[in-house]
Amino acid sequence: MRNANLFKTSIILLLSVWLAVFVLVPNLLVLVASFLGRDESGFIKFAPSFDNYLRLLDPIYLRVFAHSLGLALLTTMVCLGLGYPFAYFLAQFRPSLRPVLLTLVIVPFWTNSLIRTYAIRSLLAAKGLMNNTLIALGLIDEPIRLLYTGSAVLIGMVYILLPFMILPLYSAIEKLDRRLVEAAADLGAGRWRRFWHVTLPLTLPGIIAGCLLVFMPALGLFFIADVLGGSRDLLVGNFLKDQFLDARDWPFGAAASIVLIGLLLLFLSAYAYSLKQFSAEENH
Amino acid sequence: MAKFKSGYMALIFGFLYLPMAVLVLYSFNSSKYSIRWEAFSLDWYRSLATDDTLLEAAMNSLLVASLAASLACAVGTLGAVGLYRYRFKGRKLLQGLLFVTLMSPDIVMAVSLLVLFIAVHVNLGFWTLLLSHTTFCLPFVTITVLSRLEGFDRHLIEAASDLGASEWQAIRQIVLPLAMPAIMAGWLLSFTLSLDDVVVSFFVTGPEFEVLPLKIYSMVRLGVKPEVNALATLLFAVSLGVVISAQYLLQRKPQ
Repeated sequence: MRNANLFKTSIILLLSVWLAVFVLVPNLLVLVASFLGRDESGFIKFAPSFDNYLRLLDPIYLRVFAHSLGLALLTTMVCLGLGYPFAYFLAQFRPSLRPVLLTLVIVPFWTNSLIRTYAIRSLLAAKGLMNNTLIALGLIDEPIRLLYTGSAVLIGMVYILLPFMILPLYSAIEKLDRRLVEAAADLGAGRWRRFWHVTLPLTLPGIIAGCLLVFMPALGLFFIADVLGGSRDLLVGNFLKDQFLDARDWPFGAAASIVLIGLLLLFLSAYAYSLKQFSAEENH
Repeated sequence: MAKFKSGYMALIFGFLYLPMAVLVLYSFNSSKYSIRWEAFSLDWYRSLATDDTLLEAAMNSLLVASLAASLACAVGTLGAVGLYRYRFKGRKLLQGLLFVTLMSPDIVMAVSLLVLFIAVHVNLGFWTLLLSHTTFCLPFVTITVLSRLEGFDRHLIEAASDLGASEWQAIRQIVLPLAMPAIMAGWLLSFTLSLDDVVVSFFVTGPEFEVLPLKIYSMVRLGVKPEVNALATLLFAVSLGVVISAQYLLQRKPQ
């Protein structure tokens, strides 16, 4: 019996300590750093204040935040629009084929996303494959500017993040009890009403999980903006990379990181709330 | 409708694989600039074979990915068993923390881990990279395994205890085999996330332990080297080979 208790305590402690040391403590350190200042030589100095947060209110930084949020939202919408039908059709394949197709979705991810982003860059370049194809098809007369535009960044983001939408959507859709949809059909509901009133609400947890898994990382993918975008396409991720790796203004960067964590917690509590509503409705 | 479905799926797969096709194509292109097609050549494969630092970065990436995936599976599976099997104080808090970690953007995790490692004066390199990658893989494994376990009947374990099995025997002979598909899926997902990662690696490793994304970023300042295309093509060929042969073996087994 004592052995069983020892086992229980140690496996729970292992996970708890890991998360405390590598998630909780680091974020508390960032929180503390966000209230500190910098001395002349660029080192962190103990001078508690809200200055770093007030500096973030500068229109330049507000624009970076607004732009990133807008782009992340757009990326999420496009991923959802492309990913939902894909996951839906995937769930209708023969069960023996589904794991193969799912694996094929993640195989490109074994090639580091930076390498694939450079491949997208050569696709979109002025004399790249995309322009040449469009010219050959007679759709355009001379190369159009695709690279270093907002659309290039959007394409890159959707490309890198799409599987993070597909996987949770697929697992929600696969679990869907098809008898409920059939019941709605028997009761005379048309295709759209069945989708809108049965399938969509039942797969909502998957939709929200997928949206969060795309939206949150989208704020940080600095390398996509670096490789595909112009100077106006800076993201919060680029800002944080500058502050921590180049400009070395850690307290200022820490404040921006705390703002991101605040956003995350806000979205997560909305998600938890919607799940609660969802299970409450299910129990009725 | 069926035609539309397969057409749509082919379109999305095309989107996912188009950049891979570009990499493969340009790895055989004799031009140094991966934009214009000149002629077929194997030059880049030859020069890749002599590019030790690039090969070393690739090996480092694979090493960190497999170690981080295994470590995350060990800690994550045990944690999932603990969360499934026991009720304890702080259980809800632990689950909440796991969930927040799962959803946190890479950049937030990268920044916080960098601050931690600098605060405790650890040199950035292999260990910091391994610990960081394990940390972002951990919630994926734990939640995958936990959600599989929760689909099973708890009475199975009680039956085992009633028949005299010790706690450890019950876990080893009943819970772990039930969880195995989820553990394998968790490992594969972790391995993938680690190989694909750019953001966290950028912050938490130093020049003495370079992985692929860092190596490529530093090379790019001098122009993208076509050897990278050759390397990516080789790795892609190996991974497709692994997937196809695994599929072949799995399909054959039932008969």
